[in-house]
Amino acid sequence: MHSFLGVLFDGLAYGALLFVISVGLSITLGLMGFNNLAHGVFAMAGGYLLVTLISKAGIGFLPALPIVFCVVALGSLVLERTLYRPLYKSTPLNQVLLSVGIIFVATAGVNYLWGPGQQPVVIPEWLSGQYAVLGLDLSRYRLFLMVIVAAITLALVFGLERTRFGAKIRASVDNQRTAESMGIRVDRVFQLTFALGSGLAGLGGALGVDVLGLDPNFAIKYLVYFLLVVVVGGPGSVFGTLLAALLLGVADIAGKYYVPQLGAFIIYAAMIILLLLFPHGLLGRRKSR
Amino acid sequence: MSDNLAKASRHVSFLRGRERWKSAEIAFWLTLVGVYFVFPSSLVFASQILITGLFALSLDMILGYAGIVTLGHAAFFGIGAYTAGLMAAHGWHDPFLGLLVAGVTAGIAGYLCSFLLSKGGDLTRLMITLGIGLLLYEVVNSATKYTGGVDGLQGVEIGKLFGVFGFDLYGKTAYIYVLIISFLLFVFTRSMMNSPYGLALRSIRENQTRALAIGIPISACLTNIYSIAAVIAGIAGALLTQTTQFVGIDVLSFQRSADLLLILIIGGTATMYGGFVGAVVFLLAQNWLSNLNPQYWQFFLGILLIVMTLYLRGGILGGFSRLVNLFRHWRNKEHS
Amino acid sequence: MFRIGFVFVMLLCGILALSADQACAAGSTIKIGMIAEMTGSFSDFGFNIVNGAKAYMKEHGDTVAGKKIELIVKDVGGPSPEVAKRLAQELIVKDKVDFIAGFGFTPNALAVAPIITEAKMPTVIMNAATSIITTKSPYFVRVSMTLPQTTEPMAQWAHKNGYRKIYTLVADYGPGHDSEAAFKKAFTKLGGQVVGESRVPLKNPEFGPYVQRIKDSKPQAVFVFLPAGEMPVAFMKSYNERGLAKAGIKLLTTGDVMNDNVQDALGDHALGVISTHHYSVDHKSPENKAFLAAFAKIEPQRPNYMAVGGYDGMAAIYNVIKQLKGVIDGDKAMAAFKGMKLNSPRGPVLIDPATRDAIENIYVREVKKIGSHYYNVEFETFKAVKDPGK
Repeated sequence: MHSFLGVLFDGLAYGALLFVISVGLSITLGLMGFNNLAHGVFAMAGGYLLVTLISKAGIGFLPALPIVFCVVALGSLVLERTLYRPLYKSTPLNQVLLSVGIIFVATAGVNYLWGPGQQPVVIPEWLSGQYAVLGLDLSRYRLFLMVIVAAITLALVFGLERTRFGAKIRASVDNQRTAESMGIRVDRVFQLTFALGSGLAGLGGALGVDVLGLDPNFAIKYLVYFLLVVVVGGPGSVFGTLLAALLLGVADIAGKYYVPQLGAFIIYAAMIILLLLFPHGLLGRRKSR
Repeated sequence: MSDNLAKASRHVSFLRGRERWKSAEIAFWLTLVGVYFVFPSSLVFASQILITGLFALSLDMILGYAGIVTLGHAAFFGIGAYTAGLMAAHGWHDPFLGLLVAGVTAGIAGYLCSFLLSKGGDLTRLMITLGIGLLLYEVVNSATKYTGGVDGLQGVEIGKLFGVFGFDLYGKTAYIYVLIISFLLFVFTRSMMNSPYGLALRSIRENQTRALAIGIPISACLTNIYSIAAVIAGIAGALLTQTTQFVGIDVLSFQRSADLLLILIIGGTATMYGGFVGAVVFLLAQNWLSNLNPQYWQFFLGILLIVMTLYLRGGILGGFSRLVNLFRHWRNKEHS
Repeated sequence: MFRIGFVFVMLLCGILALSADQACAAGSTIKIGMIAEMTGSFSDFGFNIVNGAKAYMKEHGDTVAGKKIELIVKDVGGPSPEVAKRLAQELIVKDKVDFIAGFGFTPNALAVAPIITEAKMPTVIMNAATSIITTKSPYFVRVSMTLPQTTEPMAQWAHKNGYRKIYTLVADYGPGHDSEAAFKKAFTKLGGQVVGESRVPLKNPEFGPYVQRIKDSKPQAVFVFLPAGEMPVAFMKSYNERGLAKAGIKLLTTGDVMNDNVQDALGDHALGVISTHHYSVDHKSPENKAFLAAFAKIEPQRPNYMAVGGYDGMAAIYNVIKQLKGVIDGDKAMAAFKGMKLNSPRGPVLIDPATRDAIENIYVREVKKIGSHYYNVEFETFKAVKDPGK
């Protein structure tokens, strides 16, 4: 019999996956307040980049990850300068329209370049299969994901709360004018923050493809999941996103294991209930826009 | 005393002025009548555009006028569509009865849902409405026995209008039917939005605290408008079922809610006609582009959307009215 | 304000005119309207169907019986019946096509049934797999397969090879329910036992808990039906990660799961999986070789069974045109379809005169690695299988 602990591990692992693919959005949507529905586009870019690096350039899985992060972050700077920046102060509806436009373009573009099919992702031997620990079978890739999640969370929390740049971000987000008057170059800060969020999205996409698959509709297919995690967590809070991802992950897996008849409903029902209990997200500190 | 009277009559004339039909509006509806004669082979498409426009109008009521952002509006459209479909499949073939019951059912659902929207900011509401929509989709999907699931509801048979006009291959009856129903609902919505009630709604959107301060019962207003919008969405769904004579589960899909939001933004919010104009432009552009290149047309649609956000804020009608204002401004200068 | 109204009218007329009647006089051409899923989550469907059809035209030329064949492709964008119906109506009324073809999804096909009946329009289903479709209009003919048709042989093969306790896992939607029922019926009739059933939601990135349940209930094998796309990929990852193969639980599927063009994406995960289907890229015959060569000229990507559906659909249409000497009439065309024999890339196909469905061989295949690619290698044949769903 699969024990309660096994379900818990699976749930946490699924939560880790949800966190990895959504944390980038938590930065762009939560911190910067930009309704960037095109988050999945950056994730998809990360995924396709990873696949291409591995199959065409022959780079290993692990070294490819930082490359993906950097390339997607750099690429996003171009988009930030040309498309996103003019809309920072625009209405949320316009931002939605822009990001949906970007999704359409990216989907068709990827379809043209790579074809509509599923892309193969080969993860290294040492990451596939399971470890047997105390009678539990723990998936190696999931353990790896959990380690990455811990690392990302620590780095982000440390970076945002303890470094000078983090302070600049928070100042720019809280009050742009005051921040500017104190000599912070707000547009530069926003630019870097956007690149950070997009880079994380790309990294999340790259890490997620092994489990989620990869085709041109990635950006739209998982949009609901990104939004779900970020909004439940409370936009702008890294810990909130983590907490929401883990909670939803455990709820979903436990539900599917113990009451499989309700499989499809659990995650949405959990979201609605959590949002009714915490209308501003689990750890939302700012008012949401 | 007379001062008060003067004030009151000024208010009345203000409201009257809003209620007067402008020539542009009359031209708009006359154009729709004209479509029947000019494009007899495109009537199926034309009626689907009208239905989408009507659906967008109902979204405009809650998004544009009351300021509730929703990504789950297809829920009510779908409830209406399935209600009409199930009735037609189980012996009640009369279209008008179908519309009526579909509207009422969707309205009740909207009334119940509105209580979930009292808390939180825009994003929270967005996600709750989205969640409700997705839940409903899953319910219909798993109840295959009653709804046909993803294969769609079979056996939908729609009777003739007044027992005389059957729905035909060219979609003539369907177009006139949809046009009349849309117009009636539009007139109703229009007069509601131009009444003091409509102004109250706008004030809620602009500033909740102040609206409360001048004595507007916010939650009651929101509940009302949400239910009424749901009724209209439900009727739009029923119209789609009846003119297609089939119900697919995609009436409830996230895609439909998302497309609808796009349509309304493109057309322009809080303009009454934004939904219709958006539907015309979006669906025609989609149709035209996908005929040019069935595989990659979304690329060009995406470019169109991006360009639109950068250069045409406030949607087509918003941009248009800015142009008109600019023109007037310039002409006034000329004259003076 | 009149000005605005005027602009409105102009705008509307202008845009509508763009999409208005482009119908030109027929006569020297025969038009085939294809309604397929070219964009959206299922763009793979349309991609294969349309390119399969184009491959046939490339191989056999675009002139038949002195008439030029014109293909008009319309994107329905996924399972959306109202769009399918509208497109069919426009194809009939505006483009004045002689045939309608395509249809990846059942609801799209069902929605056009009333109008093709009214217009007497011969309509070729190239993929949609629910049994009832062809009963909804006498003008439907299906050259592909139905789900029960590929499911039942799996049950029979499993029983013959000593499997008695089987767990079933299907996607939680109409076709999934059909497949589950068809397998259970055939398998229990033979004396087998279904020890557990799971239905997985369509939007489900995580198969862990479902696969774990299977592992915990220790069946001899698990039967799986999932729609082609990302679900099989996710499932196979979980299946492998949790070591079901090592635990001695054999995987049996329909060909949708072991879809030819995801084989390489599945990689080693799928080695040894048994499936039943009507077509494999690896099928060894001159017809298949010709098909693959023709397809490769159009697209470098590996085709799948839907491409064969498109290819054979065109073959059937070409046959009808030849038989009617280029003068197409709905009823005569349907008569020509009935009883037609095709030398398909998948093997011999007969259009059942009674049901207008394909009678064809169903093959049992195993996934093997050949060179650096993965293939479903056929090793047993169920000859001339009829759709058991009717």
